[in-house]
Amino acid sequence: MHNREESALTGVGVVILKELRDYLGSTRMKLLIGLILITALASTYGAATRIRSLVGEDPFFLLGLFTVAGNPVPSFVSFLGFLVPLAAIALGFDAINSEYSRRTLSRVLSQPIYRDALITGKAIAAVSAIAIALLALWLLILGGGMLFFGIPPTGEQVARAFMFYLMTVLYAAIWVMLAMFFSVLFKQPATSALAALGVWLLITVFWPIIASVAAGALADPGTLAYAKIQQGISRLSPNTIYGEVTLALLNPTTRTLGPVVFSQLEGAILGTPLPLGVSLLLIWPHFSGLAGATLLLFAGVYVVFQRQEVRA
Amino acid sequence: MQDTQENYTEKNTQPPPAPPEAVIQTEGLTKTYPNGTVAVNNLNLTIRKGEVYGLLGPNGSGKTTTILMLIGLTEATGGSVKVAGYNPLRNPLAVKRQVAYMPDSVGFYNELTAAENLDYTARLAQVPGDEIGPRIDESLEKMGLSGVKNRRVGTFSRGMRQRLALAEVLVKHPQIVILDEPTQGLDPESAHEFLLFIRSLRDDGMTVLLSSHLLDQVQQVCDRVGLFFEGRLILEGTVDELSSQVIGNHFQVQISAVSDNREEFHRKLSGLEGVEDVKIESHRLDEVYRSYLAKEREHAQS
Repeated sequence: MHNREESALTGVGVVILKELRDYLGSTRMKLLIGLILITALASTYGAATRIRSLVGEDPFFLLGLFTVAGNPVPSFVSFLGFLVPLAAIALGFDAINSEYSRRTLSRVLSQPIYRDALITGKAIAAVSAIAIALLALWLLILGGGMLFFGIPPTGEQVARAFMFYLMTVLYAAIWVMLAMFFSVLFKQPATSALAALGVWLLITVFWPIIASVAAGALADPGTLAYAKIQQGISRLSPNTIYGEVTLALLNPTTRTLGPVVFSQLEGAILGTPLPLGVSLLLIWPHFSGLAGATLLLFAGVYVVFQRQEVRA
Repeated sequence: MQDTQENYTEKNTQPPPAPPEAVIQTEGLTKTYPNGTVAVNNLNLTIRKGEVYGLLGPNGSGKTTTILMLIGLTEATGGSVKVAGYNPLRNPLAVKRQVAYMPDSVGFYNELTAAENLDYTARLAQVPGDEIGPRIDESLEKMGLSGVKNRRVGTFSRGMRQRLALAEVLVKHPQIVILDEPTQGLDPESAHEFLLFIRSLRDDGMTVLLSSHLLDQVQQVCDRVGLFFEGRLILEGTVDELSSQVIGNHFQVQISAVSDNREEFHRKLSGLEGVEDVKIESHRLDEVYRSYLAKEREHAQS
C-alpha cells in the first residue's frame, strides 16, 4: 500500500458543480419533477379539502397535508415512498458506466484528481439534485397550505415537517447509492437501470407480501410472534422504515412503531401528542439504519470502482 | 598547487554536452494480468526533455498499457517508473499535473459545448480561474476550432473531436504530452496536419511521447522511436540509426518524373552505380486526390 500525499478529495468541488449542473438541466430531471409535482398537487389538494373541517381542533393540521389521503388519491407520503426511489434510480443508474461508454473516464482521471473525488462528487451531486427538488416541493406545499388555511404553522409543526424533509433526503440517498452501485457493477446502462428497477419493484411492491408469507410459515397468524416476525422482515425494506419514520414524525400521537400489548398501555393518555424530542427518539434506530445502509452501499461503490480497470 | 594543473587540462578538453535530463524513465517495468498475460515485459525506457519519442508496434503489443502505467492509471506488477521526477503511484497528482494525456479513443460529454468540455478538465487540472477562459480561446484558435467553440460536441466529426482533444492538452500547459494513437481514424491529410501540430508542441518546449501502429506515418515527426513487439522493446533509436542497423546502408530514393517512355527511364536509372532495384509505378490514389485538390484550390484563387 502506498500512502497518498494529497487529499483524496482534491477536485471534488469541480465534479459536484459539473454534475449538479448536468442534472438540473437534464430532461430526465424535468420529467421527474413534473411527475412528482402533479402527484403532489393531487394528493395535497385531496388532503386539504378533507382536513379543512378539522382546522380548529387539531394543532397539527398542517402536517395532515402530507399524511391524509383524500379519496381516492393516496396520501402525499405514500406517493413519495414510491416515487423518490424512482427519481433516485433515474439519476444514479448511469453515473459511472456512462463515463465508460462515452469514453470520458480516462480523460477525466488523467487530470490531477483521485478516483475518490469523482465517485464522491457524483454521489453528492445526485443527492443534492434530489434534495433541491424536494426542498422546492416542501416549501410549495407548506406555503400553499398556509394560503389555503389562512393560519401560520407553529414552530413545532415546521420542525417536524423539516425533519420529515431531511429523512426523505436520506431515503433518496440510499436509493442513489444503490443505483450507483449497479452503475459500477454493470457496464451497460440499460442493465444497471433494469437491475435497480428490479430491486425497487421487489421492495415497494413485493416485500410486504414476502414478509407476511414468510411470517405465516414461521408462526401462527394472529399471535404476537407472527406480528414480530412479519415486522422484522418487512423492516429490512427501506420503504417500511421510511413509512414508519414519516408516521412518527407527522403524526405526533404515534407512541410506538411496533406491536404493543395491552398491559404496556396502562396509564397512557391516548391521543395526546408526543413532544418532538420523544418522536425523534422513537425513530432514532430507523435513522441509524438508513444512514448505515447508505454508507455501506457507498463503501461498496467505492471499493468496486477503485479496483476497476480504467480501460473499458 | 597540483590541482591547478589538473584544472587546466579539464578546461581545455571540452566535456561532451551532457544529454538533457530524462523526464520519463522506467526500469524493468512489467505488467502481468491476473490471467497470466504479460502485457509489458521488463521495459527499460528513457525519454529525454524536449524530444518526440514514438512508441511503435502492432495493436496489442503493450503500448497503451505502458502509457497507462506512466500516468498511474494502471499499477505495474514489477519494476519502477519515474515521470517528471515523481513516482506515478506514490505521487499521482504531481505526475498528472505535469503530464497531459490523450487516450486512444477520445470521448467528450456530447451534451456540453466544446468550451464547456475544456472548462471542466481545466478546472480539474487546477488551472487558475482567471486563466481558464483565455487559455481555452487560445488553444481552440490554435486547433482551428474557434468557430465551433459554443457548439455541442455531439455534432462534431471524428477529426474535430481529435483536434478538440489536442486543444485540451494545450489548455493544461503541460511539461510532458502523451498521445495514444493520435492519428487513429483520421484520413491521411488530416493525420499529416495533426502530426505537424504535434511537432509544434516540441518547438514550444514540451516533451512528446506518442504511440502508433502506423509506423510510416509517424516516422516523420519522431526524433527517436522504440519498436514494441509482444510487450518487449525490441529496437530503439533514431529512424536513420535503426534502418542502418537493421537494413545496413541501403536507402530509398523517390523520383517524380514526366516521360512517355518508362522503359528508357528504367534502363538509365538501373545503370547508375549502387542501384539495386528500380521500380516504376503510377502515383497512388491519395496523391492523385491531393494534387487534384491543390489544383482546384489554385483555380479558385485565380
